[in-house]
Amino acid sequence: MKLGLKIAGRFLSSNISQTILIILGIAIGVSVQIFIGSLIQGLQKGLVEKTIGNSSQITVSSNQDERYILEYDKLISDIAETDENITKISPVLDNQAFLLYGDKNQSLIIRGFDIDKPESMADGIYDISNRIVEGRIPNAENEILLGIDLRKEYGIEVGEEVDIFRTEARKIFKSTVVGFFDLKVSSLNTNWAITTLSNAQKLFELDDVITSIEMQVNEDAIFLTDEISVNIANVIGDEEYKIINWKEQNESLLSGLQGQSISSYMIQVFVIISVVISIASILAITVLQKSKQIGILKAMGIRNSTTSFIFLFEGLILGFFGAVMGILFGLGLSFAFTKFALNADGTPVVDLYISYSFIALSGLIAVVASVLAALMPAIRSSKLNAIDIIRNN
Amino acid sequence: MEKIIELKNVNKIYGTDIKAQVLYDINLSFDTGSFNSIIGQSGSGKSTLLNIIGTLDTATSGDVLIDGNNIKDMTNNQLSDYRNKTIGFVFQFHYLLPEFTALENVLMPYNIQKKPVTKEVMDRAKERLKLVGLEKVMNNPSTKMSGGQQQRTAIARALMNDPKMILADEPTGNLDSDSTETIYDLLRDINLEYKTTFIIITHDRRIAEKADRIIEIKDGKINLDITK
Repeated sequence: MKLGLKIAGRFLSSNISQTILIILGIAIGVSVQIFIGSLIQGLQKGLVEKTIGNSSQITVSSNQDERYILEYDKLISDIAETDENITKISPVLDNQAFLLYGDKNQSLIIRGFDIDKPESMADGIYDISNRIVEGRIPNAENEILLGIDLRKEYGIEVGEEVDIFRTEARKIFKSTVVGFFDLKVSSLNTNWAITTLSNAQKLFELDDVITSIEMQVNEDAIFLTDEISVNIANVIGDEEYKIINWKEQNESLLSGLQGQSISSYMIQVFVIISVVISIASILAITVLQKSKQIGILKAMGIRNSTTSFIFLFEGLILGFFGAVMGILFGLGLSFAFTKFALNADGTPVVDLYISYSFIALSGLIAVVASVLAALMPAIRSSKLNAIDIIRNN
Repeated sequence: MEKIIELKNVNKIYGTDIKAQVLYDINLSFDTGSFNSIIGQSGSGKSTLLNIIGTLDTATSGDVLIDGNNIKDMTNNQLSDYRNKTIGFVFQFHYLLPEFTALENVLMPYNIQKKPVTKEVMDRAKERLKLVGLEKVMNNPSTKMSGGQQQRTAIARALMNDPKMILADEPTGNLDSDSTETIYDLLRDINLEYKTTFIIITHDRRIAEKADRIIEIKDGKINLDITK
């Protein structure tokens, strides 16, 4: 083993330019793998974050004809206890109404959150307070927030009174616009009106009821929402309640993510294959280059297994240095990408996701692949016959 | 006298489709400590004979006995170990490992035994190099030495494990006559000092005549076998 390592090291160092070239080849393969992997993982995390990061990931609503949920406090605490991955949970009262402004009108969804209460988590789900571009959070009766698009379209200003028309009751209520929000989604910015839960209840002449419970889960559990939904259903029963998670609502996004993952794996697999083939072919040539030396060593009595170890060690050394260099390259490339590929506002186009376990795995794969690539040359070298080399000098 | 190696009815045929017989029923044995030369024209089969004696090549039929043991009964690893401990090879084209220095080349047969290189072993390697007059260039890369120096390094390497037998195939084939003379005198000295058995192929009759025994091979048969 030690002799094999020594000879392998000497073979590699005696032809240092070729050795560096092979190591560079492996390093580029590893760095591409790390970069692509980090990019795709970052892209996916960013996409998921942007799509569902500020919305309800699991929504519990009533299954009954009467769509209101009574005594929701206990239900909320029951749900919150089912799974530790649930980080934010909030009651909501949704109702349809019309906005009347001057001679214009349009439909609105009046969303009542408990945003006026200190323990409110609705703000955490929708990040409302940070999304307010003008004005403040409603905290008194008849105060509402409207989407930024309505300000643009109708020229409504903060402090103005607008009419809310309840079609089913044929009643008009006056509400004061206390601010505008921008949720970065046009349909929400035109259709939503946000108010406090108690105001929403009052507006629609309801008791202390809600229409749904919205929640978010831990970032790491984002793809486990279907399982969490099942757990919730087991606790609260699925006859009375309908439980929807984001994965059901975003099938096209999910299949897009999946496609992305598969193409990323494909790229990585082909990178590994090309690295393996290049190492194997170069080592195969090395066996030919060094066949004279192998023949001499065999004449001197070196065992076949030791000559195999020479080439396995060559693979190991090349793989190790290639992996180390590749990891450095990959991290450098990723760093450069986040520094130079920027949006207009200076934020990176894609936030890379640097996972140390993924990087370690990529390095390990390169080392294992290099040793595997050395297997064929190792077997060939053990079959080399000293006499063939000496006779054919 | 004790026989170090014995060949019984050895035939060697190359090729499977077109067969070419190189050796015909060779019966030969060598005494321990003797200095033998094999002569013959190119293609007479003398190199093949030497390679069979050195267990690098195998006979198509017949037996090769080493200290009474048939090599047919030995495994690859046993043969490797036997070559390492018992035989020193010197080839026409010296065959040093170009990646290593002269000293490392000399140490290589010992390294193959996977035993630690002690000071004593190192001294032995240096002494072998001194014997062939290379103590001053022992740390040179083997590629940076002259042909004669390389060949002498190869001889020092062949001596490293104190082999019982040294097999040399035209060891001076590509050297000038002065170097040739020096190297033969050296081999003869080693033979006298260490009682090492020598079997040397040469095409130079002048050199062959210095040996204790001359064997001439012609067309794969022993044509002449003279012991002085």
